[in-house]
Amino acid sequence: MRRLVWLFVLLAVITAYPLLFSTPFQQRLGALVLLYAIAASAWNVVGGYAGQVSVGHVVFFGCGAYAAMGAYAHFGWSPLLGIPIGIVASVGIAAVIGVPTLRLSGHYFSMATIAVAELFRLIVTNTPYLGAGVGLSGPTVPRNVFDLSFISALPYYYLFFAVLAVTLAITWWMNSSRLGFYLRAIRDSERAARSLGAPATRTKLYAFMLSAGLTSVAGALYAMMFGFIDPESGLGLLISVKILIMAALGGAGLLFGPLVGAAILVPLEEISNSLLGGKGAGLTFVVYGAIIVLIARFQPGGVLALAQRYWLRRAAATTQPQVASKGAVHAP
Amino acid sequence: MSSTLLQVIAGGLLLGAVYALFSSGLTLVWGMMNIVNFAHGDFVMLGMYVAFVVWTLFGAGPWAGAPLAVLVLATLGVTVYFTLIRGIMKGPMLAQILGTFGLALLLRYSVFWWFGANFSSLPENLVGGTLEFWGLRIQASRLLAGVVALAVTLALHFLLTRTALGSKMLAVAEDETAAQLMGIRPDTMQAIAWAIAAGATGLAGALIATFFYIVPTVGETLGIVAFVTVSLGGFGSVPGALVAGLLIGVIESLSAYLIGAVYKDMVVYALFLGFLWFRPQGLMGRA
Repeated sequence: MRRLVWLFVLLAVITAYPLLFSTPFQQRLGALVLLYAIAASAWNVVGGYAGQVSVGHVVFFGCGAYAAMGAYAHFGWSPLLGIPIGIVASVGIAAVIGVPTLRLSGHYFSMATIAVAELFRLIVTNTPYLGAGVGLSGPTVPRNVFDLSFISALPYYYLFFAVLAVTLAITWWMNSSRLGFYLRAIRDSERAARSLGAPATRTKLYAFMLSAGLTSVAGALYAMMFGFIDPESGLGLLISVKILIMAALGGAGLLFGPLVGAAILVPLEEISNSLLGGKGAGLTFVVYGAIIVLIARFQPGGVLALAQRYWLRRAAATTQPQVASKGAVHAP
Repeated sequence: MSSTLLQVIAGGLLLGAVYALFSSGLTLVWGMMNIVNFAHGDFVMLGMYVAFVVWTLFGAGPWAGAPLAVLVLATLGVTVYFTLIRGIMKGPMLAQILGTFGLALLLRYSVFWWFGANFSSLPENLVGGTLEFWGLRIQASRLLAGVVALAVTLALHFLLTRTALGSKMLAVAEDETAAQLMGIRPDTMQAIAWAIAAGATGLAGALIATFFYIVPTVGETLGIVAFVTVSLGGFGSVPGALVAGLLIGVIESLSAYLIGAVYKDMVVYALFLGFLWFRPQGLMGRA
């Protein structure tokens, strides 16, 4: 019951934000938070829930982005029609990476994802059909509403909000389904889960494919908002880093972790970029690196897990005296 | 075989020896502690920058730069072991991978911030010009790098298999508790392994700095090369890393020569994925 109340408060806050903070900068910031929250929530499905750390998730992001822009640039379609193409391509790539590596220890998976992301960046950079180093552009002047090309960030904001809600609903549904039970069992002890008959490799693969498809949607939305995609913004390692750090900082394996992480880091980056200008580019990632190291070393559960522990301890502290007095009554 | 092709192969072997050197550091740590250092390529990058700084400040070549790079990186390795690795080693997979991955970013972008994104390089004939053997023209810098790297990799192999220290390290790798009962400190051995692994990257970095481009993001490419080498050679195996390193050096040079320079990295990455599909235990690994 109380959880439901919190959920409605959260929904109300997200709905009201762009109306309360209505400058273009603030609305754009809000839209970016939601966009990265989508990508990070998608990563969370495989990185958090399945415990398989993908460090090359940008390849799926890029698939979606390139499919959306390609649909327009080559066929004159609405970028929306590229989304299914991007999803199919991403799920296929995920299968190609996942089938051999998810049988092995988690390190192989991480190494393979980073190699695939680099491979695709190099391939796209050298393929004129995909814009090579220059990239692909979306419609400069929107032909109709299906081009999803708006000047204001407000329509994007609510679009991203809706997609985020769907992404989180899918994640929640997955976690409470049979797949979710398998994933939890595998994350705790893969050997034990296997011995009890949980199909570990297949379960991890499904989670990875689901995550890949969702990430490609985030990529397509990104490309539509910016109207442009190139190898650096669509397939660069740093996009993987952003996706990963937001989920890990907020709380990997927690439903709202990635949203919390995005809400902390996106404004931080925008502010540091506007304060430091071009000089800050390197420094931002120094700070990101430091944050990742500190999370890994001291708080692998992320900020939300820390908060949860704090609440539990407070709850325990308020109930303990009652237990003690009860004991005192029974003592004589 | 034409002499150009032979020359390409020779160049590949010499570069491959350097790949073998820094990859054996990765394989040592992986085999011993089951930790994959995602910052490994960036350690090599730091070695390159140490050599670069030594040259810009003192005008000294790799004769001074290489030992200093070994020293700096070995110190870094031990520091990283005690401050980071020991804390995450027994933790969840997420923490293990994020820990070293975050370290990679931290190192890469600190250097980026300090030195800028520009490509630097050492003067071309710092180590002497081009030598000629049996009609093959080989740069002295590449020859030096290849020969030293080969010698050090072999020395590392003998250190692990023929000395008391090596036996102790292998004992810790095999069973930490049993090793402890025999009076071997796992902590000390693991710290030594990190010093050796990081020192090897420092040496490799200082050696290739004499003919490679120097840029903060070079660690990403070199890191993937190390992953490919280790997965090809079988993890934990230094001889495996040596053979795989030489092989990758040759494949890279040949594909640059036959298909085009931009495709050489693609070939290596694709090879990696192919190996994960068909022979994940590597060329020499146990099934």
